[in-house]
Amino acid sequence: MASARGMDWEHAVGALGLGLLIYGSYQGLFVLPPDRFMGDVMRILYVHVPAAWSTLICFTVAFVCAIGWLWRGTWRWDVAGEAATHVGLVFGVLLTCLGSIWARPTWGVWWDWDPRLTTVAIMLVSFGAVTALRSFVDDPERRATWSAIAAIVSYVDVPVVYFSVKWWRSLHQMQSSPSTVDPEMVMVLRINAFAFLFLAIWFIARHYRLIRIRRDAELGELS
Amino acid sequence: MLPVPRAIFEVLRKDLLLAWRTRARVAAVLAFGVTSLLLFSFAAGPDTVKLRANASGYLWLAILLCSTLALTESFRYEVQNRALEGLRLIPTEPFAIFIGKSLANLLLLLLLGVALVPAMVVLYDVSFKLGLPMMIGVIFLGAAGISAPGTLYGLLAARVRSGEVLLPLLLFPLEVPALLSSTRATELVLTGDPMGQLQSWLGLLFAFNVIFWSVCGLLFGRLMEE
Repeated sequence: MASARGMDWEHAVGALGLGLLIYGSYQGLFVLPPDRFMGDVMRILYVHVPAAWSTLICFTVAFVCAIGWLWRGTWRWDVAGEAATHVGLVFGVLLTCLGSIWARPTWGVWWDWDPRLTTVAIMLVSFGAVTALRSFVDDPERRATWSAIAAIVSYVDVPVVYFSVKWWRSLHQMQSSPSTVDPEMVMVLRINAFAFLFLAIWFIARHYRLIRIRRDAELGELS
Repeated sequence: MLPVPRAIFEVLRKDLLLAWRTRARVAAVLAFGVTSLLLFSFAAGPDTVKLRANASGYLWLAILLCSTLALTESFRYEVQNRALEGLRLIPTEPFAIFIGKSLANLLLLLLLGVALVPAMVVLYDVSFKLGLPMMIGVIFLGAAGISAPGTLYGLLAARVRSGEVLLPLLLFPLEVPALLSSTRATELVLTGDPMGQLQSWLGLLFAFNVIFWSVCGLLFGRLMEE
């Protein structure tokens, strides 16, 4: 949907994200050498790791928006929170699928009860429940407050889940840091991280506009 | 303004009185818990060694399943007869109402958990290496971990249509750390703790309680307002 003055700003961010993703994926798939231990399977990490970062960023935005709604009570917080939750869920499902595809040849299983995997699964289910809660409540103001409360509680739970499952069992490899990864690979990882970030901003902004129209129509009907 | 301790006591007294007057319902929830314990053994098979090894997990799943019924019941009266309006009119902090209701739910869950222990002993043939008082202590901390978020979400679920579907959907993922640490701690109480791990699990359970009693207590007021 183009605004009266021309194209919406987020399309430029989205185009930049797509461009970076194409460049990063080309580098990751065809230019960089395969990993010494994991071989070609490792190439999926160039999108898996950025997907994980974007998921976490989206849910953090949803958490901040939930606090914003409870504190300020302006609709844009609620709408932005809903948009960020939805986009976070999409990235989270993508992250889980990519992780499973990587885990099968590497660990020999599609799924393992590792802290990071379990935490992501719990986070997805929790925020999925927050989304479900929205569909159960008709009154927009109540819906906003209740889903904000549920989003805050779900987000607070994330580090506790991670910590508890870490004690329970651990298999996932340690977090990669620039010191353990070749600089060329780090560069591609960074390019893709920005690509995913820009795509997330693009999706959230587009979704925000759509939800905003729906919310305005809903509030207009009520008043 | 009613002092906070007095308000907590009054809300707690009201809820316990209600539970006592509807004790047939509490007994029905307990019967549901025993049935769950029975069904778990059918799902796992008649292997006594396997049942004994999983006993702690089954006990906590049964308590968690019972909790959804008990929590739904706890707020049904409040919503049904518009008693919530009355609660809201009490001249005190919403935090006090939250603590009162959570303590009532905690005591009810503790009672259910302790009542399920004999059924667990009979069905799964377990013994308490670290003693029964320690077992009750673990059930107390675990029940506290369910009751605080359960009270917050119980109020929320009671006020939406098909809330009984929503309550486990919201509550169960949240309870993973509490379920995990309660199960591990119970297992150590049952089988002994040669490596000294019990303290860590109880510490985690305690931390979970501190976090969620505070966070849910802070948010409860907003939920009451709406």
